[in-house]
Amino acid sequence: MTDISLSYSPLTVDDVDAAIQFYRDALGLELVNDVASDGHRWVSLGFSGQPGLMLVLSDPGAGRSPEDGEALQRLVVKGSGPGPIVFNTTDLDATFERVRAAGAEVLQEPKVQPWGPRDCAFRDPSGNHIRINQAA
Amino acid sequence: MAEPPSDPPGYARRVASDAASAGNQPQSVETLRFLRRARDLMDRQYADPLDVPTMAAKALMSPAHFSREFKTAYGETPYAYLMTRRIERAMALLRDGMSVTDACTAVGATSLGSFSSTFTRLVGETPSAYRARPHEAVEAMPSCMAMVLTRPMPFGLSRIGEASASAAS
Repeated sequence: MTDISLSYSPLTVDDVDAAIQFYRDALGLELVNDVASDGHRWVSLGFSGQPGLMLVLSDPGAGRSPEDGEALQRLVVKGSGPGPIVFNTTDLDATFERVRAAGAEVLQEPKVQPWGPRDCAFRDPSGNHIRINQAA
Repeated sequence: MAEPPSDPPGYARRVASDAASAGNQPQSVETLRFLRRARDLMDRQYADPLDVPTMAAKALMSPAHFSREFKTAYGETPYAYLMTRRIERAMALLRDGMSVTDACTAVGATSLGSFSSTFTRLVGETPSAYRARPHEAVEAMPSCMAMVLTRPMPFGLSRIGEASASAAS
């Protein structure tokens, strides 16, 4: 197989600080970098089990025109943005309880899907669709 | 606060012109956030006795105003969205062999008659005819994809044919 792997993946959030609380404190990612420039922010979060892979949070206007930023924010907030983003964990129930206890909006409690995986789903504080799979 | 709980005649046309004239005054982010929560609630609790006045009351909006805002954001009224969601779930249950009466109850529809007529209008065939015929293309795909691809669409523009056609090719 070709030697290629995913390095960074961008994610638009409309409140960067609330997103850090969700992805770092509730979900358990590690804060790697927090860069501010020109009134925008890029926050990189890493995974202990996947060195080098980074989820990069930024506000809707980062790197695009104010009009495009506003349009993207609307899509994300109304739940029609890109996604879902799917995570794996070895302990789905503990992760679900931790994220729910942090106040996240639950879309689906842990359950076995007819096509195989056991998973649960949330909205992040901005409205992004987040799914978490029980790792095999 | 004298808004009627149901949609008055000519409502669809009025919404369409509202949406067009609202082009230079987009909905606030706060409104969109609430509308998303209402839509998520329907996705999650479609089998409960949800109705538009209940959801609108939670938003401190009149049912007519709530319906208008929802349609501007998502292109269909909350009632249409909820019924479409219920019919889409019923299609999955019928494919699994559940009886029409049980499927009707399972998705939160209270009247078999109106369930059957809504189903027929959206899907293009009666629930019992749908249950009786083969569904190979849909059965072969994960439910998450079937949910998207078999979602009944307005004006008979169902994508079920596409799924069968592409599976056959």
